[in-house]
Amino acid sequence: MNKITLWAIGVGLAAAVAMPAETINAAGATFPAPIYQKWFEEYHKAHPEVQINYQSVGSGAGIQQLTQGTVDFGASDMPMTDEQLGKITKYKVLHFPTVLGGIVPAFNVTGVTDIKFSGETLAGIYLGTIKKWNDAALKKDNPGVNLPNEDITVVHRSDGSGTSFVFSDYLSKVSPEWKSKVGASTSVNWPVGLGGKGNEGVSGLVKQTPFSIGYVELVYVAQNKMSYGSVKNAAGNFVKADFNTVSEAAAGASKEMPADFRVSITNAPGKNAYPISSFTWLLIPAKFDNAVKGKAIKGFLDWMLTAGQQEAAGMSYAPLPKPVVVKETKQVASVQ
Amino acid sequence: MNRTIRRNILNNIMLALSAVCTVVSVAILFLILGFLVYNGWRSVDWNFFTKLPLAAGEEGGGMANAIVGSGIVILISIMIGIPVGFLGGIYLAEFGSQTACMAVRYTADLLNGVPSIVIGIFAWTVVVVKTHHFSAWAGGFALSMMMIPIGLRTTEQFLRSVPDSLREGSLALGASKTRTILAVIVPAAKQGIMTGMILGVARIAGETAPLLFTALNNQYWSDKLSEPVASLPVMIYTHAISPYDDWHRQAWAAGLVLLGLVLIANIAARMVLARGTAAQRG
Amino acid sequence: MAGTAVLPAPTQSRARKFVKLLQNSDQVAHLVTFIFAASVFLVTVLLAYELWIHSAPSRAKFGLAFLFSQTWDPVAEKFGALPFIYGTVLTSFLALLIAVPLSVGAAIFLAELAPARLSNVCTFLVELLAAVPSVIYGLLAIFTVIPLLRQYGEPFLKKTLGFLPIFQGPAYGVGYLAASITLGIMTLPFIISISREALLAVPREQREAALALGATKWESTWQVVVPHARLGIIGSIFLALARALGETMAVTMVIGDDTAIHTSLLAPGYTIAAIIADNFTEATGEVFVSALVELGLVLFVLTMILNAAAQLLILATTQKGSKR
Repeated sequence: MNKITLWAIGVGLAAAVAMPAETINAAGATFPAPIYQKWFEEYHKAHPEVQINYQSVGSGAGIQQLTQGTVDFGASDMPMTDEQLGKITKYKVLHFPTVLGGIVPAFNVTGVTDIKFSGETLAGIYLGTIKKWNDAALKKDNPGVNLPNEDITVVHRSDGSGTSFVFSDYLSKVSPEWKSKVGASTSVNWPVGLGGKGNEGVSGLVKQTPFSIGYVELVYVAQNKMSYGSVKNAAGNFVKADFNTVSEAAAGASKEMPADFRVSITNAPGKNAYPISSFTWLLIPAKFDNAVKGKAIKGFLDWMLTAGQQEAAGMSYAPLPKPVVVKETKQVASVQ
Repeated sequence: MNRTIRRNILNNIMLALSAVCTVVSVAILFLILGFLVYNGWRSVDWNFFTKLPLAAGEEGGGMANAIVGSGIVILISIMIGIPVGFLGGIYLAEFGSQTACMAVRYTADLLNGVPSIVIGIFAWTVVVVKTHHFSAWAGGFALSMMMIPIGLRTTEQFLRSVPDSLREGSLALGASKTRTILAVIVPAAKQGIMTGMILGVARIAGETAPLLFTALNNQYWSDKLSEPVASLPVMIYTHAISPYDDWHRQAWAAGLVLLGLVLIANIAARMVLARGTAAQRG
Repeated sequence: MAGTAVLPAPTQSRARKFVKLLQNSDQVAHLVTFIFAASVFLVTVLLAYELWIHSAPSRAKFGLAFLFSQTWDPVAEKFGALPFIYGTVLTSFLALLIAVPLSVGAAIFLAELAPARLSNVCTFLVELLAAVPSVIYGLLAIFTVIPLLRQYGEPFLKKTLGFLPIFQGPAYGVGYLAASITLGIMTLPFIISISREALLAVPREQREAALALGATKWESTWQVVVPHARLGIIGSIFLALARALGETMAVTMVIGDDTAIHTSLLAPGYTIAAIIADNFTEATGEVFVSALVELGLVLFVLTMILNAAAQLLILATTQKGSKR
């Protein structure tokens, strides 16, 4: 056995002995991954015995792994369907909204910093019917912007993604053609485009590929200093995603939040509501076999609903509306 | 005369071209090393070896858990793969019947040729699905499937290369077959076998695909073997396809470290082997 | 008789006697080693079995049409393997197109022309290329091959050969071409090292006879030695092809991940290995997972056939060479 392996075992054993933490495994959405990773890191600092290992693998994977029992809890931007919930018979799955986020059309077009997109133009681009940046429909919404005569490189997700769900859900609401041809789900049959893995992969591709467009969560364009466009909302205004516009999208839903917190807020009414907004949820089993893990997760959820919410705005997400927080705190109590 | 001159010119051109092909092929190796060194050497610092990965966008993280994690899954795969390969190889070289040997050799070659992603699926069905966990065990099992054929082939090859005179001498002195193998043949072949094993380890150290859905990945130290574990190759993959410059920097560093270890193991193993066979002949 | 070397001490403990029995008992050794050897056989059989079992839902639903269908629709749960088989075969074939001339040329140089020491050193260096992990090729390809293709290579191809449908479409950088080039580089060392062995195995008399008849060195090599070694060279190409088909990481990182068939080489695509790697942990639903496992089964069978063919060819050459 070579020395390196021996050294590795030694360090590994030492580390194992030195850290008797309870590791909780979670996996799911890339949309909220930046803030989840920050939360879990901070919570671990405050509570060293709780170690939550979150793998940002996509909402589809999160749901799949929760169903198979290979993780302790999951995370998804798409609420689980009744069919998916039916597959988990061991316990009930509770949805806990954590933050609000906006999905923006990030683009990489030299010399252009701002583009206005309508639902129809976005659907056209992703259906492949609008092929060039200086297409008539885009020019109409962007008078005075120097859109080049270049092919649009479309980027979408190659993995099962809640972000894809929210985006395709929005497109289904604004484009009947999209709804009938493609539909809304975490994994759709994209008519055109390159695939990137995770929000990270899509941002990476858009950043490196000239004249490309991709849909990503707001925090990724902020972190990578990318340009992103405004989107026309149901009221007819072109709105850019930020704290206020995303919160406004949730305003209507928060008043009539269903008991299980599963709701879609795309294309929400409201003068300045951002149309491609979404809640994102943690999928928590109602009952844990391992009482220590259950207690740790409950503690985290309480922290998330109070201290955690204050971090949201700083990371380009919107915190949950107060009525939702109140309702959720009651749900935390029902976790065993 | 013209024809001869033409043939000679053609001769020189083709020979020069083939030399160019060789230069290009060898140059690629140096290009790879060069790129890794150029992009990675500044990032291979103390932080890299001792810190855990930080959330995206925060500077100063490292890959300490991935280095140790790789060590852990390799160790598991060695514990499973080497005994099977070694003892199986002894069977093939010393005990086996014609048909049994043919069957085992054929399946070992088959196993060797299975694409690593399919090995990953296999380990997933056998370990992850049954235990409901992504774990270091699953990752180690997957890698051991790749280690076994290498160990088997190497052991058989080097045991067979031991001259029969040694075997016959030992048996003539009254030692049993087992004794002969343990005390005479294996020691004679041990250099070759060991270098083969080292080459096998170097090969699996770089494998990513089998770990993608067995050991998965981990932000922290794994304190149990039944938990997901980070590994260098998977870290390189996730960091390379991300949009963050800091993660790219770390991917280069990890690539340099990984390739460095693999190449050192390969070079050392071959040098030992060359010296060993020379000593045997001399 | 075995055991005559044992000390005839009547006071030996039973444990000692048992250990001595084990040490001197060839039957035990035979049994133990047999068990381990058999486990290799069994585990390979288990692998094939698990692939078969876990692909059952998909096989039942789609039957043989799976291999020819182009649909990949997780929402409607309709899956077909054709785009991935196409991508796999296309990229591997192109990779060989790039690699074979280069590597056979290098093998010829190393076997026929280079002085022995240079040949050994160069062969050693080339074989080190085979040890470079796939993910590192991928890492390098993302930051070298792709930008080069996107900025220079593909626009150049479009300008000069753009009338051909295989060079049309936007210059993404990622795509079939990038994957083929990366794969080509990865298969170089295999073809070089095995072809070189095959060429070296050709008996000296062949070369000497050709030269004695007045052939130039090149003519002797190309018209006599290479044909003599052609089975081994072809075997090495098959082996390289088998490896290229199964290559996962480097391909996933540069192929652009698109589940449709495109005629243009500049377009993004997918291979069997790449789509399994991307989607396996998140395939929702039994049919999706089993479709991926079925893809794995297809790949398994493909590589199995190729590897067997390669082994036979290489065996034929080495045996042929030693017959004289």
